[in-house]
Amino acid sequence: MQLTINGTAHEITGDPRTSLLDFLRHDCGLTGTKKGCDHGQCGACTVLVNGQRVNSCLTLAIMQDGHEVTTIEGIGTPDAMDPLQAAFVKHDGYQCGYCTPGQICSAKGMLAEAANGWASFVSEDLDGKVELSAEEIRERMSGNLCRCGAYSNIVDAITEAMSTQTAGAE
Amino acid sequence: MRPFQYMRPDGLGHAGQLLGDGARPIAGGTNLLDLMKLEVEVPDRLVDLNRLPLGGIEPTDNGGMRIGALVTNSACAADPRIRRNYPVLARAILAGATFQLRNMATTGGNLCQRTRCYYFYNIDQPCNKREPGTGCGAIGGHNRIHAILGASDSCIATYPGDMAVALSALDATVEIERPDGTSRQVPVREFHRLPGDTPQLDNVLEPGEVITAVILPPPAGGRQLYRKVRDRASYAFALVSVAAVVRMDGDTIGSAALAFGALAHKPWHDPRVEQLLAGQAPSDALFHQAADLLLQDAEGQGENDFKIPLTRRTLLAVLREATGGAA
Repeated sequence: MQLTINGTAHEITGDPRTSLLDFLRHDCGLTGTKKGCDHGQCGACTVLVNGQRVNSCLTLAIMQDGHEVTTIEGIGTPDAMDPLQAAFVKHDGYQCGYCTPGQICSAKGMLAEAANGWASFVSEDLDGKVELSAEEIRERMSGNLCRCGAYSNIVDAITEAMSTQTAGAE
Repeated sequence: MRPFQYMRPDGLGHAGQLLGDGARPIAGGTNLLDLMKLEVEVPDRLVDLNRLPLGGIEPTDNGGMRIGALVTNSACAADPRIRRNYPVLARAILAGATFQLRNMATTGGNLCQRTRCYYFYNIDQPCNKREPGTGCGAIGGHNRIHAILGASDSCIATYPGDMAVALSALDATVEIERPDGTSRQVPVREFHRLPGDTPQLDNVLEPGEVITAVILPPPAGGRQLYRKVRDRASYAFALVSVAAVVRMDGDTIGSAALAFGALAHKPWHDPRVEQLLAGQAPSDALFHQAADLLLQDAEGQGENDFKIPLTRRTLLAVLREATGGAA
C-alpha cells in the first residue's frame, strides 16, 4: 500500500491507527503540516487529497492508499513561492505562523472549488458564478482558525493572490 | 485510540459479514475517528467502505434522484441537479461543518453522525447513550444544546446534523442493504429514532446493514428554505434549524413540508403542523397557531428553555419568507 505525497511515492506501513497527519509528520518527515487540535476543529492540518482540501487529522493514512496528497512542501519553496505564499508574506497573513500551512493549503483548495462554481452558505445564488468577496472568503475559510487573529490580513492575501492568478490566466 | 483491525470488504455482502459485533463501518471518518480518539467509540474492527461502488448521483425512474451513500457532502451540494431542484438540501449541507469536512463526509455517514452532547463526548461522565445504565449527566446538568421535544428520562441528546433535516422535509428514503443481500427502504423520517429507554440506538440500522443510497422523490418545487440559528455565523452546530418546502396555491398555502433540527433525538417532523397550514391564507396568526401545535409538548431542561421561543420565532421567520412576506 502506498500513497503519493508531493509527487513521491511513500509506502504505508505500521499501525493502522496512524492518521494521515501523523504519517506525514512522523513517517515522512514532512513537518510543514501542523497538528493543532487533532479533532478537525482548527484546520492547521489541512492538506489536499486528490486536489481537495481535507483535515489530515480525521483520516487514516491507510484509508488514503493510492491517493495523491499535496502538503505545503509541495505547494512552493522559499525560492519559488506560490502566489498565495508570496501574498501571505506581503500582507503579514500570520503572526506566529503555526496555522499558515493549513491556511495556504485551504486557500488553494478554496480557489479550485470556486473555479468549479461551488456555492457556499453565504452565496445568494446557488447556481451563479462564484465571486470571492471578503464575505465569501471568510465563510469558505471558517475551518481554519488563527489564534493570533491575522484574519483580515489573510483575507487581503488571498484576495491579492486570486487577482494575480486571474491576471496570469488572461 | 484503542487498537483495531482494519479491513476492506470486496463487496457489499462481504461488508455485511465483516460488520459483526464490535465492528464499525467507516467512510469519511470525520465523526468516527474523532470519537475513537476520545475512546467514546472503541470498535475492535473498522470496515472501510470507501472502495465499494456506492458513489454517483443518478436520476430514478419516477423523476427523483438517487444519491449514492459514498457521495461526499461537497459533491452532493455542488451537483447542478441538486442545486436546481432540491435547493433546501444544498442549502442545508452548506450550512454544516466546513469545506474541508464536507469534502470528506459522505451522505451515508452524515446520516449516522452521533450527538454532540457534552456528556456523550466525555468518557468520565455518565451517559446512557455511550454506556447504557450509567445515567444521564445532561438531565439536571449542562443542557443548553439539548432536546425540547421527544426526550426521555434516559436521554435528552439531539441529533446534530443539517442534511437529514432537509431530507426529512423532502420526504427522502434511505436505501439499506441487509447482510443477506436483500435491500429495504426506510423513510428518512423513520430512520432516526427517539431515545426511549434505549438511547444507545441512534437509528433503525440493524447489525450488518449498510446504507447504500438516499433516494429523493421527484422535485417538489415551491419555495425551499433552510434557516439555521447558531452561536456563531459559520462552523457551528444548530441551536434550532428549520427546513421548509412551501408551495403556494394562489393566495393560500398549497402545502408546507417542514422539518426541524437540533430540537430532538431525530430531525423533527410533525404532520399536524403541515395539515394546519395547508389550504390556509398565510398570516402571523396562522403561523403562531402552527408554532403552538409544534411546541405543544415542548419541555425545556433549564439551560435550553430559550429554544422554545427561538423555535417559534425561527418558524415564523421561515413561514413569512416562504409565503412571500405575509404580515
